[in-house]
Amino acid sequence: MTAVRGTRAAVRLGGASWRLRPRAITVTLLGLGALALLMALGMRLGEIEMGLGEVVSAIVSDGPAHFVVMELRLPRALTGALVGAALGLAGAITQAIARNPLASPDILGVTTGASVAVVAVMVAGGAWYGGVSGALAAVGVPVLALAGGLAGGVLVYALAWRKGLDGYRLVLVGIGVSTVFTNVKFWLLTIGDVNDASRAMTWISGSLHGRGWEQAVPVALALGALVPATLLGTRSLDALRFGDETVTALGVRTNLARGLLIVAAVLLAAVATAAAGPIAFVALAAPQIALRLAGAVQPPLLVSAVVGAVLVCAADLIARTLFAPTELPVGVVTAVLGAPYLIYLLIRARRERRT
Amino acid sequence: MTTIAPAPPVRPLAGRWRRRVLVLLALLAALVLATLLSLTIGAKPVPLGDTWHALTGPTGTENDIVIRSLRVPRTILGVLAGIALGCAGALMQGHTRNPLADPGLLGVTQGAAFAMVASIVLLGIGDLYGYIWFGLAGALLASVGVFALGTLGGRGTARGGPTPVTLALAGTAVSAFLYALTSTIVLLDEQAMDTFRFWQAGSIAGRPTAVIGQVLPFLITGLVLALANAPGLNALSLGEDVARALGQNVARTRAVGVAAITLLTGASVAACGAVAFVGLMVPHLVRPLAGPDHRWLLPYSGLAGAALLLFADVLGRVVARPGELEVGVVLALLGAPFFVALVRRRKPVRL
Repeated sequence: MTAVRGTRAAVRLGGASWRLRPRAITVTLLGLGALALLMALGMRLGEIEMGLGEVVSAIVSDGPAHFVVMELRLPRALTGALVGAALGLAGAITQAIARNPLASPDILGVTTGASVAVVAVMVAGGAWYGGVSGALAAVGVPVLALAGGLAGGVLVYALAWRKGLDGYRLVLVGIGVSTVFTNVKFWLLTIGDVNDASRAMTWISGSLHGRGWEQAVPVALALGALVPATLLGTRSLDALRFGDETVTALGVRTNLARGLLIVAAVLLAAVATAAAGPIAFVALAAPQIALRLAGAVQPPLLVSAVVGAVLVCAADLIARTLFAPTELPVGVVTAVLGAPYLIYLLIRARRERRT
Repeated sequence: MTTIAPAPPVRPLAGRWRRRVLVLLALLAALVLATLLSLTIGAKPVPLGDTWHALTGPTGTENDIVIRSLRVPRTILGVLAGIALGCAGALMQGHTRNPLADPGLLGVTQGAAFAMVASIVLLGIGDLYGYIWFGLAGALLASVGVFALGTLGGRGTARGGPTPVTLALAGTAVSAFLYALTSTIVLLDEQAMDTFRFWQAGSIAGRPTAVIGQVLPFLITGLVLALANAPGLNALSLGEDVARALGQNVARTRAVGVAAITLLTGASVAACGAVAFVGLMVPHLVRPLAGPDHRWLLPYSGLAGAALLLFADVLGRVVARPGELEVGVVLALLGAPFFVALVRRRKPVRL
């Protein structure tokens, strides 16, 4: 470790280069291993219990188990992992840009804005066309979620702006705006006559129940496009942690880099929300956990994504097994685990300010 | 001020008294108006004449039954819960000297709701007299917990106590945590799901009439404690040291305040579930009328709280026809922008 730190191993590709951090790579690989295990454990559960070996063999061989695993369980597990990765990545970007561990898409109104937009589509679609499906569901819902997420983020940003941005005012305004959105959602659900309680639960607290390929694919596409893009942006992100003047002196176009990265974060959070509803606190906690695991100075993007995926898969596993056969929405589990974490952050922030 | 002012002291005092009584009457009038609206507007509009008829000499017509068995209990419950929440909010803002304090925002209502739901579902307690004690315990624990969280790590401001921001954030975190726990319990018991959804959103519709009588003793005790607490709170608003020098027993004043907040919040949650923002908005709305004197601020807040809750309930019946919007949702839609405006204020409100 010390030897490497001295030489600063790096990957060069054309004009761009990335530093290789051995500890971050180890953590990423271990995280991916844990993720695969958690997904396999999650796929064991269901109407028919399977062993780990049966799950693996059902993926490769034909038969009734093949259908169950490939069409029902794998997409659900994948949606969980992808949604978690998207949320973790989005949180890492916003926290790095805001230089504030409390800044996350949940608190900044992005997630709630996106879920209001999606619920509005569902309710309107249910009223006019008898349901949302096909092309509209695959393309329209994520696009509208993006619009809603952007609108929520812009609204919070604009309301919190007063000759500059105070980190805490931003967070408090975010809480207020999120409350409005959440209650608009309640209102939409009452006028929209959503009889299916589990579907309503998805939009209120976030759930992976009954998620299929049509939810997994958009998130996968968004991640596939945005992960390379944000990795290209890490150079700017690393620089952004110094003050604005230093960054400009380092030759980074501050506002452009920041703007593009924020759009990427909003897109990721919005697509994730469109797929699984607002899963609380993952975007807040994953980057901070990743930061500590990787021993970095600011949230490392890839590690945050992997940690986010692990968190959501683990929470879903807990949600399904803790009170089996009743299944909890995954968002409830992440809230129970994540809220104490927010409290811990608050206590620590105050201790630091005192010293 | 240094020169001795001629005569005025006597006249203004009488004028101030008259003004205060007038404001009290105006707030009462607003409450009466809200009550009338709440009785007449709804899924089935009832003319004012029929309402009067139902209240004075019912003859068993359809309108009479609607008014007497549905609207009247609902309205009374709204008035009680509104008084309790308004007073609790004013007390909390006074004790924490925090403009963002509210029993709903700081997690006290969620604490009471969680404890009640848990005792009903897990321990099988069906009687209100049985579970309201759990609710009171939950409210007490949550309020003490939030205050502890807000003060942890030393003095927030020069004047002591938690800063508005930390307290609000700690409240949000505690609320989210308790809300998730309540959701878990409710989801586990499918039968409970329908009955208890109102605990989370907050609603005064369809509650058994007996609840009114059962909640009343707790509410009255809480109100008496709150009013008894007002002079002490006035002294405390000068700072703890000054209050002590004035001969106040600070610890006792605080303890009475916490007891009153707990009783009022617990009673309101038993009546209508977790309703936020009444306690936040009302004290700010009436403070320009009442000034800093808690002996007037508390009654004003109670009356204004009841009027606000009823107006919000009526609004909920009108906007979402043919369905209804829970009063808690309407209040959040009204209250959250208010909260944002408070946060944005250039000169923060100092209490």
